[in-house]
Amino acid sequence: MAPDTSTQIHNIGYRSYEGARLGRSYARKSLYSQSLRGAYGLGRSAKSKVLPMLLFAVMCVPALIIVAVAIAVPGSTELPIKYTTYALTTQMIIGLFLASQAPQSVSRDLRFKTVPLYFSRPIERVDYVVAKYAAMASALFILTATPLLIMWIGSLLAKFDFADQTKGFAQGLVSVLLLSVLFAGLGLVTAALTPRRGFGVAAIIAMLLIPYGAVTAVQGVAYSAGSTGPIEWMGLFSPITLIDGMQTAFLGATTAFPSGEGPSTGAGFVYLLVILALIAGSYAALMARYRKAGL
Amino acid sequence: MTVIATESLSKRYPRVTAIDRLSLDIGPGVTGLVGANGAGKSTLIKILLGLSPATEGRAAVLGLDVATHGSAIRERVGYMPEHDCLPPDVSATEFVVHMARMSGLPPAAARERTADTLRHVGLYEERYRPIGGYSTGMKQRVKLAQALVHDPQLVLLDEPTNGLDPVGRDEMLGLIRRVHTDFGISVLVTSHLLGELERTCDHVVVVDGGKLLRSSSTSDFTQITATLAVEVTDSDAHPDGTAALRKALTEAGLALHAGEEQGLPGAGHILLVEATGESTYDTIRDTVAGLGLGLVRMEQRRHHIAEVFRDNDQRKGAGTDGA
Repeated sequence: MAPDTSTQIHNIGYRSYEGARLGRSYARKSLYSQSLRGAYGLGRSAKSKVLPMLLFAVMCVPALIIVAVAIAVPGSTELPIKYTTYALTTQMIIGLFLASQAPQSVSRDLRFKTVPLYFSRPIERVDYVVAKYAAMASALFILTATPLLIMWIGSLLAKFDFADQTKGFAQGLVSVLLLSVLFAGLGLVTAALTPRRGFGVAAIIAMLLIPYGAVTAVQGVAYSAGSTGPIEWMGLFSPITLIDGMQTAFLGATTAFPSGEGPSTGAGFVYLLVILALIAGSYAALMARYRKAGL
Repeated sequence: MTVIATESLSKRYPRVTAIDRLSLDIGPGVTGLVGANGAGKSTLIKILLGLSPATEGRAAVLGLDVATHGSAIRERVGYMPEHDCLPPDVSATEFVVHMARMSGLPPAAARERTADTLRHVGLYEERYRPIGGYSTGMKQRVKLAQALVHDPQLVLLDEPTNGLDPVGRDEMLGLIRRVHTDFGISVLVTSHLLGELERTCDHVVVVDGGKLLRSSSTSDFTQITATLAVEVTDSDAHPDGTAALRKALTEAGLALHAGEEQGLPGAGHILLVEATGESTYDTIRDTVAGLGLGLVRMEQRRHHIAEVFRDNDQRKGAGTDGA
């Protein structure tokens, strides 16, 4: 007794689907690629492409200038700044990218209650969290590693020492990889706390800037008071100085700490441990956040 | 074949018992799950999707145990939530394609199935516009489409008519009926309105306070009660057509109920005739024609599900909002 309220539909006929069902890992990959593309506004409205693309361009321009200078200036033997310094000097751009894209990645699903639809499908909570986390970290890695790649290619064009440049490039990549994973975790946890996107943006900027400001202020005071101990340890309390300290200790970076001296190798281990603990903690916090969000 | 089976299924939270030793056996077709708000319907759906472990008892969907095969069940089952779940800034097509891929469909199949499914639920050109601009009825259709896009064997629809106007409600119920008759997909649909399910479902399960109140086929509830309502016009030969017909029918050997429909408009003009078989219809037709009266209507009067539960409630001495 099919009611013929809409004969138009009725006439077309239903076709059942006998094709492949690729299951959980495919769904996780699809969510990853959708979220990664989304971080650059791909597959979203034209308006939402503007900011991430602009930030990406702004991120790359200094690298292009550095390369142009290195090639143009005769007699130069290395790039004017180290690979590892690049992310520290562009941290505002990275911060803005994270603040604008982490909320759009997770807050939307929470705000519009789309999360239950994901969990009514083959994926589990862990797949959702891993896909979102990996996508955000990859987006940040693309943002931070592309200028390094430009610098490295430029240095080869300028015929700088290949081994030297490649080593610096590799150290830079390790550094921005850790930075991307750390920042993505902190950003997503902050964004997932609130379904309101605006709050998320503000909270992430605050999370990055306030500790950084406080840390540099205390370090500055300690430096002018002539005490170096606090400088070494204060770096543990903000995300970007954590990366700074870690790469100074292990990746041959030059620190931006006021004394010009980064943590010793021993303290460097503490930096690395704190970074890894924050990454693990972010993951655990996200898992806990979505325990209640099903259906 | 059993689509959903539960065996003394219980779900207890620290303070409330959401489901209390519920044993169900639901076959293919459209099954209505009726209960007041808080009766345990949504909790049951969560357990059936393998998202929330039962405190005790067992449940199986499509023959798969919910405790161990949640992911496999969710691949073959569609779910339409009660609440809003659509992002406003993407089009229905983009959204449903994404959800199809989340169900494991390869990209090309996801696009094809999305186009098909959106058409089946009645979304045409508007499917390319952002969902934010849709009416409630259109949004409900998108929600239904995302539950059907992967061609599940069973869909769980949580209050699909919520927030719809009467026309939208009828269209949605028709669509749900077609999900089974045309698409061959079994349906479990929850509602707190019995009247809706009576028209749509083959089988109705009533839960209250997490307990099974009654489970039986809709025809059991509303079995053709052998009562026909007949209304005729008056004519010059018979100024009171109703009285003339009553007399003629009684003479023809049919039993008539006396004025049961008091209080309804036109009640005085409606005769309730006990039907004993197909021949009753013929007898009435011939009698009316013989008297030269106009037959305004002749229709079956069924028991409504609501009446069945009203009786139930009176016996229990407690009312649900189902009636």
